[in-house]
Amino acid sequence: MGENLRGGAQLQNDTLRKSLRTLKVKLVLLGSSGVGKSSLALRFSKDEFRRTSPTVGCAYLTRVVHLRNVTLRLEIWDTAGQEKYHSVTPLYYRGAQAALLVYDISKRETFIRAQVWLKELEKQYIPGSTVIWLVGNKGDLATHRQVSVEEGQSLANDRGLFFTEASALSGDQINELLLAIAHRVYECIGVQQEGLSEWKETPLVDLRNRDKSSRLASCC
Amino acid sequence: MDGVAQRGAASWENGTLAPVDRLRTERADSPTPGLVEGTEPGAGQKSAMFIHAQSFEDLTAAAEQEVGREAELDQPGECGEDLKVLVGEQAIEEQHNSDIASESRPKEEDVSSETWRSHRKHVFVLSEAGKPIYSRYGTEEALSSTMGVMMALVSFVEAEKNIIRSIHADGCKVVFLAKSPLVLVGVYRTCQSDKELLRELQYIYYQIVSLLTLTQLNHIFKHKQNYDLRRLLAGSEYLTDNLLHRLDRDPGLLLSAVTCLPLASSARDVVSSSLQAAKSKSLVFSILLAGDCLVTLVRKKDQFLHHIDLHLVFNLVGSSSSFREGEGWTPICLPKFNTAGFFHAHISYLEPASKLCLILVSTDREDFFNMSDCKQRFLERLNKRSAYQALKEAVKCPSYSVEQVGIPELRHFLYKSKSSGLYTSPEFPAVYQSDEEQERLMGLYQDLHSHLHHPTRPLRSFYRCSETENLLAWVTSGFELYLCFSPLGTKALAVSAVNKLLKWIRKEEDRLFILSPLTY
Ligand SMILES: Nc1nc2c(ncn2[C@@H]2O[C@H](COP(=O)(O)OP(=O)(O)O)[C@@H](O)[C@H]2O)c(=O)[nH]1
Ligand SMILES: [Mg+2]
Repeated sequence: MGENLRGGAQLQNDTLRKSLRTLKVKLVLLGSSGVGKSSLALRFSKDEFRRTSPTVGCAYLTRVVHLRNVTLRLEIWDTAGQEKYHSVTPLYYRGAQAALLVYDISKRETFIRAQVWLKELEKQYIPGSTVIWLVGNKGDLATHRQVSVEEGQSLANDRGLFFTEASALSGDQINELLLAIAHRVYECIGVQQEGLSEWKETPLVDLRNRDKSSRLASCC
Repeated sequence: MDGVAQRGAASWENGTLAPVDRLRTERADSPTPGLVEGTEPGAGQKSAMFIHAQSFEDLTAAAEQEVGREAELDQPGECGEDLKVLVGEQAIEEQHNSDIASESRPKEEDVSSETWRSHRKHVFVLSEAGKPIYSRYGTEEALSSTMGVMMALVSFVEAEKNIIRSIHADGCKVVFLAKSPLVLVGVYRTCQSDKELLRELQYIYYQIVSLLTLTQLNHIFKHKQNYDLRRLLAGSEYLTDNLLHRLDRDPGLLLSAVTCLPLASSARDVVSSSLQAAKSKSLVFSILLAGDCLVTLVRKKDQFLHHIDLHLVFNLVGSSSSFREGEGWTPICLPKFNTAGFFHAHISYLEPASKLCLILVSTDREDFFNMSDCKQRFLERLNKRSAYQALKEAVKCPSYSVEQVGIPELRHFLYKSKSSGLYTSPEFPAVYQSDEEQERLMGLYQDLHSHLHHPTRPLRSFYRCSETENLLAWVTSGFELYLCFSPLGTKALAVSAVNKLLKWIRKEEDRLFILSPLTY
């Protein structure tokens, strides 16, 4: 199988980095259905864009990001955002080190809905243990914009969130966002005692191409 | 047309009966296939994989018998608090969700137009308060008054301590299925019997239950009678749409059976045992699918899967491309197993562009990583075996041509082994290449099926000539068989073909069926 071979080769290249620790980061995507959570998740893990049907339940994807002195293994939970799953969604964001609150800049109600999600999230999380990022997706639809950059930014400022506008479709700001999240999580949480747990390589997960290494490594 | 009621018409009906537990090779050599349930071609050697029920009758039985199940399920009862919140949430959400509902379904259709009227099968789902929940064509909003009338009819008859079952008028049938707290109504222009149509409505009912559980449905409507259930179903209507589409096209739904990927039994056995080895405490079913074919199914001892539940899983996986990316983890209720609780299914493809999809059904919603681990172990094991290559080759040609059977004038057939709940069928020949032709043939099979399973006057066999094809249907206690011949075929030819076909299936049963299903 091609993917195994590639995985194997990847592994050897990576032996250079062996001395670095790999820390696990749980990242969840929240927001109304249709805002592009799954598309962002696919960008994050494979840097691809595809039209797919609505998420059923939730999906799990991974991505490895190399920072200067640490490797982060992002474990991405993409939730469905449909109301029938709301009772189980807290399961997914429990213990997350990063939460991405996604809205669609061309649909105002998704921005309002993001604030409802935020309230719910704030009920659950312990300050300092989760990096919350407000993401205005579909930046490519600027001509249909219903939420201005300023509004997004000011909500983020008011509530102490990070903020980025991006586009899963064009790929704009995706790598920057991923890297920024990785840095913030490592700065805010990684330095704490037991903030992030170490990821132990087991032969079971090594061979997967879902652990595709980040090409961002060189830039930091 | 002629039908033979309750009477065998062929001399081979009393043929020798092969014992159930004979070795495979012996079975394959047996000159006359056993015709009693458990000995027919395709019958499993060990216990069956599915719930052993009179499948079709089971569906239309008036009373639901809930069989006690051992596995402990995730009871949505504990989510009672969440539910109260849901039921009481603000108007903004209503607004928001209905936006999504209409946006994701491009089915704006003028409900007063002739095209809307002329659809062959309409399906409506409403709450007992008469609130629209689902309609196949046209938006629920546009149809709310129509549905109100339907509910009025149901209640009017109920008030007299009666149940409305169907209305026949002007080439049109209106069939009602009241399954509290839902009411399902089908409006059909077809010659299918009420019983068949009810069966289709049942599937739709189970589809909705599988998304929400019956417990949750009851809970919601007990607290708020005129709750708009579309809020909870938003984003899942395509599952119901697709299931309706399948009902017109998939012989498995008609036969209450599942088809298997043709695969050498040696390879299938390796796949099954690899799956069996990748077990975990919470794992109840491991199901490997190749498109719409079952490759293998391993189950917990004493736990059976009902074919309806399996069809709902097929529908879920087949309708959704979202499982292609990463690993899916979703609550799913298997209503024939237990309408009260959710299982949690780990759904993923074996390789990125592969048709092979693995579904691991667990009782524990916290068990994602365990299931992910099971999948990895299965893959590792399989990767070391040549059977994986054989499997991948088999997936490339998931069917066979009817020519292989070597019966002149035979165009197509459906054969179901009753004891295993599995069926086999060749690919559609050139004459039935278009979608319309395939649906027309399915319609003919449905018609035959109606006659064989007529509630008061069921037939054992049925032969029917038409300008376009000749059809023969046959049912025994062991199997159900539907044959389609070119119009040049004769009845004598058709009858003699049955024996030949059964022998061929017996010879090929190793490849076409799962003869030795495994448990963990
Ligand atoms: N124009 C545009 N469309 C997008 C973008 N991201 C996602 N979409 C589309 O929005 C729809 C919903 O995307 P999806 O990822 O399924 O949203 P989710 O329900 O939040 O997971 C799909 O049709 C996507 O193709 C984007 O950045 N720009
Ligand atoms: Mg999604």
